[in-house]
Amino acid sequence: MSDPLQFLLRMGDNSLVLGHRVSEWCGVAPVLEEDIALANTALDLIGQTQLWLGLAAECEDKGRDADALAFHRDVWDFRNLLLVEQPNRDFGHTMMRQFLFDAWHSLVLAALKSSENSDIAAIAEKSLKEVTYHLERSSDTVIALGDGTEESHKRMQAGLDRLWPYVGEMFLTDEHDLIDVTALRPAFDELTNDVLDTATLSIPTDNFTHKGGKTGARHTEHLGHMIATMQFLPRAYPDAKW
Amino acid sequence: MVMTKPSIDQVWEWLDAVPDPEIPVISLVDLGIIRGVTWLNDVLEVIVTPTYSGCPATRIINLDIETALNDHGIKKVTLKRQLSPAWTTDWLSDKGKAKLENYGIAPPQTAGGPTQCPRCKSAQVEKISQFGSTPCKAQWRCTDCLEPFDYFKCI
Repeated sequence: MSDPLQFLLRMGDNSLVLGHRVSEWCGVAPVLEEDIALANTALDLIGQTQLWLGLAAECEDKGRDADALAFHRDVWDFRNLLLVEQPNRDFGHTMMRQFLFDAWHSLVLAALKSSENSDIAAIAEKSLKEVTYHLERSSDTVIALGDGTEESHKRMQAGLDRLWPYVGEMFLTDEHDLIDVTALRPAFDELTNDVLDTATLSIPTDNFTHKGGKTGARHTEHLGHMIATMQFLPRAYPDAKW
Repeated sequence: MVMTKPSIDQVWEWLDAVPDPEIPVISLVDLGIIRGVTWLNDVLEVIVTPTYSGCPATRIINLDIETALNDHGIKKVTLKRQLSPAWTTDWLSDKGKAKLENYGIAPPQTAGGPTQCPRCKSAQVEKISQFGSTPCKAQWRCTDCLEPFDYFKCI
């Protein structure tokens, strides 16, 4: 098997960046129940990050740990998908981003459960239970808001239109991927078509895709701003202990 | 000085007296997260599996296990994290489920929701949110007595 480091960084950076984004809703979500749900989703993702980046650090073997990877790398070293670094905007947009990621994430983790690397298979097995729950919730929310009021429908369609150009990157693959993500596209299309159709939303016909996140070639400008906030404390106070 | 090693059964009994930090009415053994206890020469190895990967109680749980065993005279303890097989609510003990219900938290059901309100026992319940006060719980409400209550998610 090829060196899994790059792939582990991709998995860990996806959950780290999305986990941080979702945590930005903590205390300001539209209603208390949604606030708690978003914070719990973020917590699951950060927990998964500790597992993925912990294994990446072991694999790298340079004396760094998960925290060092999370807080002491700069934008160009991050390997997350462009989708997850997109800003929250409104609640509908946040839930659409969550749904598109959850759909992809659940398929990737299901495939990784049978990885020949037992550490990777164990993290995938653990994470999949949590992500299945996330997908159930984001699907229900996308349907409720898409097929809701005129205003909620408009916002969900706007979210889908804005985020669709970031979907394609999730299925681009290279030699660092431990699984063939391209092969997961038909299952993703089936899942998303079903939910978005029930939500009375229309999938954009233009399949142009932004890329450069998972390879690190070119992130959007949003990631740097997010990282500046996320990393401030451990960088300003390097030996700070909780 | 030669210390006699406590038996494995004795250690399980001690661990069954360590409360879960978030839901102190049940023990760590009731929760099903202690997956094994073994003597490796004079070191006691305890295998622990996390409930949710991001659960902040995990660190406290590890500390509580070490403290409890140290208090019982076991000085060398190693904790081993085991992710697979992943924790499931099937591992909650029947004793633990009964204690949860009694405490006001509806125990997990394979059907995906509580069968009755833990307070007034009415079957008329509805979901408020899929998530609750800790990663392992969801929020429900009884439509008869109108009390909201926690439901232990089934995973």
